[in-house]
Amino acid sequence: MPLYLNDDQKMLQDSAADFMKGEGNVAHFREFRDKNCKDGFSHALWKQFAEMGFTGILVSEDEGGLGLGHTEAGVVLEEIGRNLTPSPFLTTAVAGVEALNAGGKALRDKYFPGILSGDSVLALAIDEGAKHRPDQIAMAATRAGNGFKLDGKKQFVVQGGSADTLIVAARTSGSAGDDKGLTLFAVDTSVGGLSRDSVRLVDSAMAAHVEFDGVVVDADAVIGEVDEGGAVLKRMLNAGRAGAAAETLGVGAGAMDITVDYIKGRKQFDTIIGSFQALQHRTAHLYSEMEIARATVLKAQQMLDEGSSKAEMMVSVAKAKAGKATSLSVKEGVQMHGGVGMTDEYDIGLYMKRDRALAEFMGDTNYHTNLVAEMHGY
Amino acid sequence: MSDLESFREETVAWLEANCPPEMRQPMVDESDICWGGKNPTFKPGQKEWMDKMAAKGWTVPDWPKEYGGGGLSRAETKILLQEMGRLKIRSPLSSFGIWMLGPALLHFGSEEQKLHFLPPIARGEVRWCQGYSEPGSGSDLASLQTSAEDKGDHYLINGQKIWTSYADKADWIFCLTRTDKTTKHKGISFMLFDMTNEGVETKPIVLISGQSAFCETFFTDVEVPKTYGEGVSSVVGEVNRGWDVAKYLLGHERSMISGDGSSGATSLGSKFADQYGRDEMGRLDDPMLRAQMAEMDIDVLAFRAMAERFGDTFKANLCHPAQPNMMKYAGTEINKRRHELIMSAGGSEVLEWESDASNGGLTARGWLRTKANSIEGGTSEVMLNVVSKQILQLPNA
Ligand SMILES: Cc1cc2nc3c(=O)[nH]c(=O)nc-3n(C[C@H](O)[C@H](O)[C@H](O)COP(=O)(O)OP(=O)(O)OC[C@H]3O[C@@H](n4cnc5c(N)ncnc54)[C@H](O)[C@@H]3O)c2cc1C
Ligand SMILES: Cc1cc2nc3c(=O)[nH]c(=O)nc-3n(C[C@H](O)[C@H](O)[C@H](O)COP(=O)(O)OP(=O)(O)OC[C@H]3O[C@@H](n4cnc5c(N)ncnc54)[C@H](O)[C@@H]3O)c2cc1C
Repeated sequence: MPLYLNDDQKMLQDSAADFMKGEGNVAHFREFRDKNCKDGFSHALWKQFAEMGFTGILVSEDEGGLGLGHTEAGVVLEEIGRNLTPSPFLTTAVAGVEALNAGGKALRDKYFPGILSGDSVLALAIDEGAKHRPDQIAMAATRAGNGFKLDGKKQFVVQGGSADTLIVAARTSGSAGDDKGLTLFAVDTSVGGLSRDSVRLVDSAMAAHVEFDGVVVDADAVIGEVDEGGAVLKRMLNAGRAGAAAETLGVGAGAMDITVDYIKGRKQFDTIIGSFQALQHRTAHLYSEMEIARATVLKAQQMLDEGSSKAEMMVSVAKAKAGKATSLSVKEGVQMHGGVGMTDEYDIGLYMKRDRALAEFMGDTNYHTNLVAEMHGY
Repeated sequence: MSDLESFREETVAWLEANCPPEMRQPMVDESDICWGGKNPTFKPGQKEWMDKMAAKGWTVPDWPKEYGGGGLSRAETKILLQEMGRLKIRSPLSSFGIWMLGPALLHFGSEEQKLHFLPPIARGEVRWCQGYSEPGSGSDLASLQTSAEDKGDHYLINGQKIWTSYADKADWIFCLTRTDKTTKHKGISFMLFDMTNEGVETKPIVLISGQSAFCETFFTDVEVPKTYGEGVSSVVGEVNRGWDVAKYLLGHERSMISGDGSSGATSLGSKFADQYGRDEMGRLDDPMLRAQMAEMDIDVLAFRAMAERFGDTFKANLCHPAQPNMMKYAGTEINKRRHELIMSAGGSEVLEWESDASNGGLTARGWLRTKANSIEGGTSEVMLNVVSKQILQLPNA
């Protein structure tokens, strides 16, 4: 497969770009931030996502979706990133759907209609500490009746407060650090014993601290096999990480564009500052880093779509590289805006904040760089 | 089986059956490169391999057959290179003719010029060098002064070139000369001539690596005929419009040099962990070095994806014409960083300049050579200038 978007993907890109720019633009983001919305995103917009078919990108055609792949999901995510569109797309339609795709038909039948109609929101309850360490999951799921009892705490559950369903990773055997013994559950948030405390993040998105105090779920809630959740988790993480890399890429590209635009207009010393070589070289360097990051993201998505055995390595490369390039983009962006870059009025700072939150989501650059070293055996 | 799959099978079978064992050993240093030419120095297996590949047109697999190429499609060429890489088979022939002059002739040459010059390049019979830079014209190449006076049936060349790689070993030169002194860019011509001509002199320049791959080249009243036969002009493209040819060729040169960014061992870390030592968890036993190695792994894999994307978009005419400048910049900067790391992993052992153990200071010499990557073919600063002006459309001062 050539490493650029085909005609169908380009059409999707055009419609996603128009949609986000029109309906989910930075003004929309500011509106929801300023009214201190408890969900941090618009449910009406989420419905429109569904009408556009976006929520069904990874759902098979048989099950009412579009039956497309990670490349297409990435196309939408990049536009989300570029426009800072607040939505639960990444957690619900990408990572959430991919987890459910690894499960049985009954679960999919139960959850997909709500996702396809834009009524449902999924969130991922994985991390238990301040840093993403899925191999260190300790939360316990013990057998109880014909189901399981969940006890423990999760944090950084993005959109956790608005979600009607949580994808929860817990231990049915073994202890933190073991390869086996993980199980994934789909848990309705209305169930007893579950409490959620939503907090606003630096990027104005909402994330919940979730406490499970003897939460009872029946065996139908298990996604995949008991004790074999590692494989489901991996599939979900691959989709989520590639998706997060795509959204990050959009944030970086958006920040670069507004910065280059700004320095083309701003005059100091009687000169357009964009004509100073000191700034030109840094923006050209940034452009080159962003282009390279773009290649890794597309490559990772194509490899996931092809089912390549080396996809995981490329997903980590993409998350790390997109993270690095975008971090550079937002930092250079604020600096090159000068004083106004520090103001709330200018958008560049919003990009910096979104980048910081996305960087932590599903593993930061260091985490993935370390994974690449491990995958190489050193 | 699809056509491409059967092409792959046949290719593998042919490579396995025909490639001499010596050509399946990793190259040790620059002296293992096969350059061909009129006065060649071949190491064992090199000539046999070059001739066999040339007979199939596979020294230049994607050139048309009538010019000595293999006539392969892009997909087939990719497969051939992939399989050669997988089988660790060396390139049969390296040459400025293949990398630079060939593409320029294919684009700008007359049919007669193509038929005259390209097949000998493909067969490795003529070794070419590049006469661009002059002492006063480096980054500002278009300011070049070497003059070519029109003398009716021939041009009279006077002037000096510098940094001419392998000029002392080359048979012919593709040379930029000034045919009009009244304008800058529109007074340059792209000429081809024989280095054995009377009045051509070369003088090697010793580099910091101790090697002398390039030369100062002097031209004193060199007579270059206007044609080498019917339709075979010594000037490529139009007289005074050589700058267009030069720029096109530089695009190829830059893409080629940028390839260094993705070459070499995929994983520096896994290569060096055994040599450097591992801790009880099997990790490279210096956490700082391990982190740098892993970062390098990421950057190399990322650049490889970029190189693939660049190749795909370039062929499909989907990339910005200034994209090779970005590739050149990014690829060469990565390659320099990689060699810094290799030196740092090697410690004191790789400082040995003349010992047997260090194979004559191979690692150190290789490290020093990479410093030229961001200078040759246009400096990194110049690449950034082009990207910021042509791609990002930033204004002139
Ligand atoms: C938090 C904060 C507090 C401040 N407090 C005060 C205060 O108390 N009193 C006060 O008077 N001011 C204050 N300032 C203003 C501050 O001094 C200016 O923001 C600063 O001088 C930069 O000017 P500028 O914002 O107009 O950026 P610009 O001059 O527009 O610069 C934009 C970008 O272009 C670059 N640039 C500009 N010229 C060149 C050049 N020739 N070559 C290369 N690059 C160039 C800059 O480095 C910058 O990256 C404050 C600013 C901030 C952010
Ligand atoms: C290993 C090697 C092989 C080579 N092979 C060949 C060959 O085969 N044939 C050939 O013709 N030439 C060859 N060259 C020459 C090469 O193309 C030139 O060295 C190169 O173009 C730079 O020119 P210069 O050395 O004159 O540097 P200068 O142009 O003098 O540059 C000096 C410094 O100033 C910077 N600079 C210059 N202009 C600007 C600007 N506008 N903005 C910002 N910075 C600027 C440069 O980036 C550089 O850092 C080779 C060079 C090397 C090192």
